[in-house]
Amino acid sequence: MQHAPAAELQTTTGMDHRKLLMWLFLGSECLFFGSLIATYLLYRNKTEEIGIGPIPSDLYDIPFTSVSSFVLLMSSVTMVLALAAIQRGDRRGTQAWLLATALLGMSFLAGQAFEFTEFYRQGLSLDTNLFGTTFYVLTGFHGAHVSIGVLILLSLFVMTLRGRLTPANSINVELIGLYWHFVDVVWIVIFTLIYLVQT
Amino acid sequence: MAGATIGERPGTLRDALRDVRDQTAGYSGIWSWITTVDHKRIGIMYGVTAFVFFLAGGIEALVIRLQLATPNGGVVNADQFNQLFTMHGTTMIFLVVMPLSAAFFNLLVPLMIGARDVAFPRLNAFSYWVFLGAGIFMNVSFFTGGNIFQGELGAPGAGWFGYAPLTLNQFSPGHGIDYWAFGLLILGIASMASGFNFIVTIINMRAPGMTFFRMPLFIWMTLVTSFLIIFAMPIITVALFQVLADRLFGANFFNAELGGTPLLWQHMFWLFGHPEVYILILPAMGIVSEVFATFARKPLFGYPFVVFSGVAIGLMSWGVWAHHMYTTGLGSVANSAFGFTTLLIAIPTGIKIFNWIATLWGGSISLKTPLLFAVGFLAMFVIGGLTGVMHSMVPSDYQQQDTYFVVAHLHQVLLGGALFGLFSGVYYWFPKFTGRLLNEKWGQLHFWLMFIGFNVTFQPMMISGMLGMPRRISTYSEGLGWEFWNMLSTVGAFLIAVSVLVFMYNVVISLRSKERAGDDPWDGRTLEWAIPSPPPVYNFAEIPQVKELDDFWHTKYVENEQGQLVRVVAGAAEQAEEAEDDAHHDIHMPSPSYFPIIVASGFPFIAFGFMYDFALLPVGAVVMLVGLYGWALEPATE
Repeated sequence: MQHAPAAELQTTTGMDHRKLLMWLFLGSECLFFGSLIATYLLYRNKTEEIGIGPIPSDLYDIPFTSVSSFVLLMSSVTMVLALAAIQRGDRRGTQAWLLATALLGMSFLAGQAFEFTEFYRQGLSLDTNLFGTTFYVLTGFHGAHVSIGVLILLSLFVMTLRGRLTPANSINVELIGLYWHFVDVVWIVIFTLIYLVQT
Repeated sequence: MAGATIGERPGTLRDALRDVRDQTAGYSGIWSWITTVDHKRIGIMYGVTAFVFFLAGGIEALVIRLQLATPNGGVVNADQFNQLFTMHGTTMIFLVVMPLSAAFFNLLVPLMIGARDVAFPRLNAFSYWVFLGAGIFMNVSFFTGGNIFQGELGAPGAGWFGYAPLTLNQFSPGHGIDYWAFGLLILGIASMASGFNFIVTIINMRAPGMTFFRMPLFIWMTLVTSFLIIFAMPIITVALFQVLADRLFGANFFNAELGGTPLLWQHMFWLFGHPEVYILILPAMGIVSEVFATFARKPLFGYPFVVFSGVAIGLMSWGVWAHHMYTTGLGSVANSAFGFTTLLIAIPTGIKIFNWIATLWGGSISLKTPLLFAVGFLAMFVIGGLTGVMHSMVPSDYQQQDTYFVVAHLHQVLLGGALFGLFSGVYYWFPKFTGRLLNEKWGQLHFWLMFIGFNVTFQPMMISGMLGMPRRISTYSEGLGWEFWNMLSTVGAFLIAVSVLVFMYNVVISLRSKERAGDDPWDGRTLEWAIPSPPPVYNFAEIPQVKELDDFWHTKYVENEQGQLVRVVAGAAEQAEEAEDDAHHDIHMPSPSYFPIIVASGFPFIAFGFMYDFALLPVGAVVMLVGLYGWALEPATE
């Protein structure tokens, strides 16, 4: 007789339902972040015109944010290594790389928390001006996505400790991997458009 | 884990079916509905719930019409009037037409593609519970959004498209808009979850042999609609977050003093809102495509053209949003460009209409209630579409903007179009899911009352609009020439209300009737008619093998040498099935689960937490986390 996992593979396209779902979800997320980024770009020069509160060039610390961006990008590498490890049945490796990815994600979040408090200390809050409004909401939503990713990574890490993650259900790691890479790519866009291009 | 999986031992098909029946025999009572993951039950819940909201939205409309029946009407005050039209619009769009379409998706998609359930049954249940919670959440605003003890109604009053900055605290004090914005956010989650679900189901769970171009047209339209949903909803989500950030946390997205612009909201809302229009109409187009083919006893004329037109409409709907904004001063270049793209949409729409007419042409037509409603759809939608073409012309639109002419147009496409199509579907598929036909005589009465009532309501609005009557005014003075037309609209609205009562009576007597419809009362073409009515929990005892479009029809009829259709001798098909009965079978049905409703119940806590007391936030978060972890760790079927 056939067992459930084998039956699940019998899809019309041969692609796992959950993987297809994740791709669709990420497509949908593009519109979500697209709208937030468009809002930021629409209002980019407004704050300077109005002249109330700090503007981006007063606050951005590009070297610092570059480092935390690098940290987030490196977490994509460890994510790939985690998937490779689970697929070849290397439990130790899976645990190590999952944990490393989560830690790198948390370092990025710590950097963001530092940046937010620093900006706040220098007089930029959500209600100061349009820069504050658009910056905090955009990067805040990105941070929320990273946080959810970290939560899922840690949950998977706990699952590996209990031996509940096997090569047969490595799809779980693959799915969070897709999500994690997407969140990274979004950060590359944000970092470029919001931090680096400031005209 | 209790569930309907069998197959610990290899068995015959008959054993497998008996096992599923045994394990689902105890599925009754309210708990079985709360934990159900069966797409048919979820579809029925969607339909019934949406109908209840339809009654609520309808009563709101009747009060509006009473108020406007005569000049200087005194039924409600201006503030209450604003709330009524806002809730009427929001309810009818988000709590009636969308979920009614979702009801049909749920009921029909697995049956039409030859699957046992959707790809994610628990996610499907989750969509329903989120929708139900958001619908109730929005409607309690009447009582909790303002100070009810001082006789104040507290529902949102900024219109269904909630233009900022009208929605900000300064102009909309109280909690009404918060209810509206959170309600739509939560509904968006439900819609997106079901959008993902149906796309994956349609792409990934088709029966062997069912290629994309053998899919029934309703499935195609479901697919296009679902794509529109998953790409349009995130945009309105962001816009609603922005309004809420401004209202609750003092952000400045729409604060003109600091450079914020109301156009941001309008662009985002209509970039969502125009695809939304097609989210509302495409499912109805799918339904009537099935109905025309069945009741003309002909294949759908120009099937690939209708498919591609539907896809083209879906794609083009992303490039027309600014035609809602001609009068905001975008400039003549932008206005002309959007006018042009809007005109282009008339082409695929026209192609569909001509193909439907050609389907009826020369068919052996059986003019039953489903076809009546479908023809009503066709006629009313043509008028609605043509008035839409009028609006696409910028100078013409300048005259019509914000008048009752626009109100007439949008009801022409949404009520005369979408709702007529949905009623056509109700009459068509009612026997499949209840085992009983809706009474034909009462059905015809329902149709004619509704059709006449509809025209008496909305054609006069075209005239009152042309006479300059603005929309959203709570009253008007005598002597403007609007009295007669408004009275006529009110009479018509009550005729529609009577027709709805006739429909409800029809449902009751039909359900009580002892007469059974049988499996295939309309001589249908698609797979759902091949199985018993109501369908068993596993839908198909044997997953069908599909060889062509309208496969079920071709198992019933073959062409003889003269090219005439001849009925296949009954029993031949069954014998073939018997022969395969010795093969090994096991049917995996998803287990019931209460985690979807737990996760769904967290959302209102979060919303109330932001609105009233942050202490509710951790409660909502814990509820959702518990639900999510339970969900993730619970095996779907074991």
